[in-house]
Amino acid sequence: MNSIEVKNLTKKFGDFVSVDNISFNVKQAEIFGFLGANGAGKSTTIRMLCGILEPTFGDAVVGGHSVAKSPDSVKQNIGYMSQRFSLYNDMAVGENLEFFGGVYGLSNQKLNERKKWVLKIANLEGKENLLTGSLPGGIKQRLALGAAVIHQPDIVFLDEPTSGVDPISRRNFWELINELSSEGITVFVTTHYLEEAEFCNNIILIDAGRLIAEGNPKQLKTDYLKNSIYEIESDKVIEALELLEKQNFVVETSIFGNNIHISVEEKVNDLSRINKLCEEGGITIKRINKIVPTLEDVFIHLLGNEKIL
Amino acid sequence: MNLKRIRAIAKKEFKHLFRDIRMLLILLLFPVFLLGIFGYAVNFDVHHIKIVVYDEENSSISKEFINSLTKSTYFDLVGYINNDSQIREILDGKKAQSVVVIPKNFSKDFYSKQETKIQFLIDGVDGNTANIIQFYSTAATQSLNAKLTTEVLSRAGTKSFVPIDLRPIFWFNPDLKSTRFFIPGLIAMILIITAAVSVSLSLVREKERGTIEQINVSSIKSSELLIGKTLPYVLLALVNAAMILIAGYILFDVVVKGSYPLLFLSTLIFLIASTSIGILVSVVSDSQQVAFSIATMVTMLPSFILSGFVFPIESMPAIIQVITNITPAKFFINVLRAIVLRGVGVFAIWDQLLYLILYASILLGAAILIYSKKEAKS
Repeated sequence: MNSIEVKNLTKKFGDFVSVDNISFNVKQAEIFGFLGANGAGKSTTIRMLCGILEPTFGDAVVGGHSVAKSPDSVKQNIGYMSQRFSLYNDMAVGENLEFFGGVYGLSNQKLNERKKWVLKIANLEGKENLLTGSLPGGIKQRLALGAAVIHQPDIVFLDEPTSGVDPISRRNFWELINELSSEGITVFVTTHYLEEAEFCNNIILIDAGRLIAEGNPKQLKTDYLKNSIYEIESDKVIEALELLEKQNFVVETSIFGNNIHISVEEKVNDLSRINKLCEEGGITIKRINKIVPTLEDVFIHLLGNEKIL
Repeated sequence: MNLKRIRAIAKKEFKHLFRDIRMLLILLLFPVFLLGIFGYAVNFDVHHIKIVVYDEENSSISKEFINSLTKSTYFDLVGYINNDSQIREILDGKKAQSVVVIPKNFSKDFYSKQETKIQFLIDGVDGNTANIIQFYSTAATQSLNAKLTTEVLSRAGTKSFVPIDLRPIFWFNPDLKSTRFFIPGLIAMILIITAAVSVSLSLVREKERGTIEQINVSSIKSSELLIGKTLPYVLLALVNAAMILIAGYILFDVVVKGSYPLLFLSTLIFLIASTSIGILVSVVSDSQQVAFSIATMVTMLPSFILSGFVFPIESMPAIIQVITNITPAKFFINVLRAIVLRGVGVFAIWDQLLYLILYASILLGAAILIYSKKEAKS
């Protein structure tokens, strides 16, 4: 069953086409990754799916309601958490939850029940009188997610929820996302961290408002990347990169930490030329092996080097 | 319209208010402080005008005249001079606001029934005060005239007869105290500033912190949000109004002559108009600083200068009179003066209340229009 169905969704601001005729479906209870560079049209799409922004053309059915025709019904059935922390720092944890519960019109009994649940998932049990501003970043993030789903929506939109959070908190946060998904909630998430995208059931990638790739992480790596990827470890990284870039058989190069990834045309199988080339250039290659591409390799291939996610 | 949601918003806003006790105290005490300043310092009643006398004659009549001047609280005698070259020095040096010159043969001319002159040289820099000095000195001279005429005539064996005895009586503010006249204007000015500034700041703060986004994605309606957000500040402003009235009564004996329910209703309507200014300001500004500057500028100056608070609108040029309609304070001051000073009923002020409602509708309409245009672009 699909919980989000997007059909020919388009948004124009004057002459500028921000979202260009995109269509996709999101299944119920899946974690759906929505990726794209800054300015690719991600936020505009999310705003349309949340019923805040009216589409220029096309429509999306979110939780059974049309965003174009009944945005208010859409809003009642979704949760939304933005990249900016949007709880009130000058209020206590409990007061924030009471406020958002009140905004969604929850009954007192329901509110108390949900408040307990949020405090539990945010590891804040018994600490509801703490001032929200005094909490550490990771806890704040969990609390914000809890507040976003306090009214038990079927779908939750997370717009770069982990930006600016330390790696351990990020990992914990994704465990929470998995938990929500296992409870049957559809999670629609955007992120700049591609290792996070690997956790998604399905991904779409947009560029300049257009959908350019979709599928699960595995499909993306095999369907969109026909070339072989090699990882090279050498003593002179920059020189090696410059040298390899000039070669005709090398399609793309990029730096991953101390290593270089090169994508090579499929028909080229002979790696000895690389060794030879480097030796002539005075570069020692310590290691070279064919690797399974990461999502980053795929996106660099799809977007071109100049557009880094 | 869902009361639960409105209550949630209003409750949260109250929490913000009470969390910042210092700000709350400023909001509550500042009006009373302003009233004190206006009531005591900015006083357009002119008393204790400093005069210097150049009495060339030094006769009993001239002394009597000077006595009659200094007996009242209007004039204070600060010194005598004995040659006319000093007059300039006195006025230039601001040692006195007026110099009274009594000529050499004042009493001689007077008793020989020739026309005599008393000269008042008045510092005209402050036109308003100068006018009042002129008014007082004319009155003083006239009463001396009347008294002396009676004396002269009775000496000749004739009874005096003054054909018209003019006795103006001032209604509504019998002793012409300017504080009494100021208090309505002051209430209007304080309320419009606090309401517009606090509402615009509280709305823009949500924008600045990004919390408005979270509220926008909920199913709350804009009307519910606006009512919930403005309600606490309207209540606060009502408390302010009550405090000013109480302080006005204690400090300056200003008593509300008209009906309290009518006063309450009118104040509420005025506050809706004032908060609509705040809402419009919040729509066009993106930061609290900008909102604060715009809100104070569009409320403070017009409600001080153009509202009839200090300067009477009737004596402004026609074009300025039209411009005075930009501030709702103008209508509310009319209403307040009518209720507080004159004690009239709703029949005398309904048109002013209607203007206020119209004003609020126009501003809210503009705010909605600009907001939806901005939304479509972002």
